[in-house]
Amino acid sequence: MEDYMKPTPLKTKYFTPGVIVIFAFATVGILFLLARLIFGLGAVTNLSNQYPWGIWIGIDVAAGVALAAGGFTTAALGHIMHKEEYHVIVRPALLTALLGYTFVAFSVAMDLGRWYYIWHPLIMWNGNSVLFEVGMCVMAYLTVLYIEFIPIVTERFIGRVNLPGFLSALNKPVDSLLRILDKTLDKTMFIFIIAGVVLSCLHQSSLGTLMVIAGPKMHPLWQTPILPLLFLLSAISVGFPMVIFESLITSKSFGLKPELKVLSNLGTMVAPLLGIYLAFKLGDMVIRQTFVYLNEFSVESVLFLIEIFFGIIIPLRIFLSPKLTKTRAGLFIGSALVIFGVLLNRINNFIIAYNPPYKFAAYFPSIGEILVTLGFVALEILLFRAFVMIFPIVSVPQPVASKTKFFIRGK
Amino acid sequence: MSKQTRRNFIKTAAVAGSVIAGLPQKAKAAPKNILSDDRMGVLVDTTVCVGCRKCEWACKTAHNMPTPPLETYDNRDVMKKMRRPDHTSLTVVNEYEFDDYPKFPIDVKVQCMHCDHPACVSACIVGAFSKEENGSVIWDTNKCIGCRYCMVACPFQIPAFEYHKAIQPEIKKCDFCFGRTSKGKLPACVEICPMEALTYGRRKDLIDIARRKIELYPDRYINHIYGETEVGGTAWLYLASRKFEDLQFPKLGNSPAPGVTEAIQHGIFAYFLPPIALYALLGGVMWINKNRKKSEEGEE
Ligand code: SF4
Ligand code: SF4
Ligand code: SF4
Repeated sequence: MEDYMKPTPLKTKYFTPGVIVIFAFATVGILFLLARLIFGLGAVTNLSNQYPWGIWIGIDVAAGVALAAGGFTTAALGHIMHKEEYHVIVRPALLTALLGYTFVAFSVAMDLGRWYYIWHPLIMWNGNSVLFEVGMCVMAYLTVLYIEFIPIVTERFIGRVNLPGFLSALNKPVDSLLRILDKTLDKTMFIFIIAGVVLSCLHQSSLGTLMVIAGPKMHPLWQTPILPLLFLLSAISVGFPMVIFESLITSKSFGLKPELKVLSNLGTMVAPLLGIYLAFKLGDMVIRQTFVYLNEFSVESVLFLIEIFFGIIIPLRIFLSPKLTKTRAGLFIGSALVIFGVLLNRINNFIIAYNPPYKFAAYFPSIGEILVTLGFVALEILLFRAFVMIFPIVSVPQPVASKTKFFIRGK
Repeated sequence: MSKQTRRNFIKTAAVAGSVIAGLPQKAKAAPKNILSDDRMGVLVDTTVCVGCRKCEWACKTAHNMPTPPLETYDNRDVMKKMRRPDHTSLTVVNEYEFDDYPKFPIDVKVQCMHCDHPACVSACIVGAFSKEENGSVIWDTNKCIGCRYCMVACPFQIPAFEYHKAIQPEIKKCDFCFGRTSKGKLPACVEICPMEALTYGRRKDLIDIARRKIELYPDRYINHIYGETEVGGTAWLYLASRKFEDLQFPKLGNSPAPGVTEAIQHGIFAYFLPPIALYALLGGVMWINKNRKKSEEGEE
């Protein structure tokens, strides 16, 4: 192989004008979070007894979990199907999932009325509760993600541990700890990789079961017993677009050449997945005869149509075209639309479709809610940038080819 | 850069460690959901209720909630708007006027229905809600984490939340006066009602009473006991002179509210077989693909 790729920490300046703007958003978001912690949920959000869940659950959590699906779909492709040519995207996808889920957990905590009791589900079990199942799976998967990340840490620090001051006495023990971790994980990593994929399938689908219990409060266009299947299918089909989208943005922002060939290959896999999702979504609509609701002109029907046309059909058309899938613009627009579609689907399911029987005013997120959500996204971008500069995550062409170990560590 | 690096590493390690340490070790029983034949209920006869709202006052007093003196409740202006139970009152009375009988508005007391198969009990992530043997559905402040999933689940839109409290906000709803009834007293609202619009008794007996009333006065009541079968039955039952939808009762099916979700949930997790099977399948695929790769490389 002439253009041999190896993950390497990227060297560049951290602060650019764009980064400073993002930094400002993160700061504002944190300030509103502080207000929420000091004055209560009611002071910052527009939540009410009619609308107990807002965008912190609908976007930060539900959409966040779906958009972190790149982690398990690429893990399945790279490790379980053992397609080595995709290893260049496994690490960035892993990092995105790791940060994504960390922020999901954090958003949940901030939305809880009693955030300091977030550990309660660990010892107070209710097996009938879908939320309990989602919570447990997400927690377990988050752990798995951190374990999957350890080899990247060991690769970066083995032989390079250099703690300051009196901590320097710990250099040796920390180093040997890293070596032990590296050895053990090298042999056992497959357990965690498979567990990660199983856990993802479970909670991605259960996330769909979550709203089924709202029963008649949910608009029939979305309320269906196959919601868990639809959630799983949409999560799987947004996995690769998310990876493509991020890879294109990362390479742009760090001035690297995008891995167009790998990304186009990934792109060719999107169409069949989207097709299956679309088939189930339309099939469900036909079987339950909910298309009658499309006759009436309402917020629900319009958003449902936007979700289907812009989120599934148009990107499906783009990814079906071999020509478009080979271009950067085609890949970028197609992926962005799929992401938009799934994001809108989660918002629709959790917020738009929720129709309480006794209404006083419709729910619209407050400025505080919106700024906190933007702040979380900003923080995630900032951390991603920091991580790829510290850890070997993004693959760049290497002059000398030296074979590294396989799992997780790229090739 | 190296400083940043170390800090991040330590943070990552610490988070990972604490998450692993926190993994669940032992299972605990799911919340109980006993349906005793002797469970109690209340029959609300909306044709008798005059909307004096004394029950609202009694309920607040019995639960140590701030309330203006009883006389102020004579003011009927509040009835002009629809109200819902919230963190300041666990029950409210709404009044409905109809053009065909303008002189006889209908008053409807609203509170938690104490469902036989409560969605709130099924939904609650930590099992803070429970259906008690005497029929009450009550809530445990020591468990609740404030996720408000119970509110998403309740078909009657009953649980309310204290959004303006930063520490220990509570889920508020009628507790069927569990503290009083377990000591043999009547629920506060039933006790105070001057019209005897509320009848407390065994749910079974209440249904008999309601049936007899409908039989005896077919002109007075429509032939429907709201709560007898709705969402699988509720402890609170209602009689009325006109369609319940006109009185803003939600139109609900007869199957228990949590039914579908629990079926889906237990299907996906039946004896943990589906996840284990998926795990085995993926493991097999991984093994085959790895070996194929190896043998290909060997041939090269
Ligand atoms: S009415 Fe709502 S809060 Fe009351 S028991 Fe039924 S589901 Fe629970
Ligand atoms: S808010 Fe409290 S009572 Fe309601 S579901 Fe969440 S933990 Fe349970
Ligand atoms: S039963 Fe008790 S808690 Fe419920 S409305 Fe009546 S007085 Fe209030």
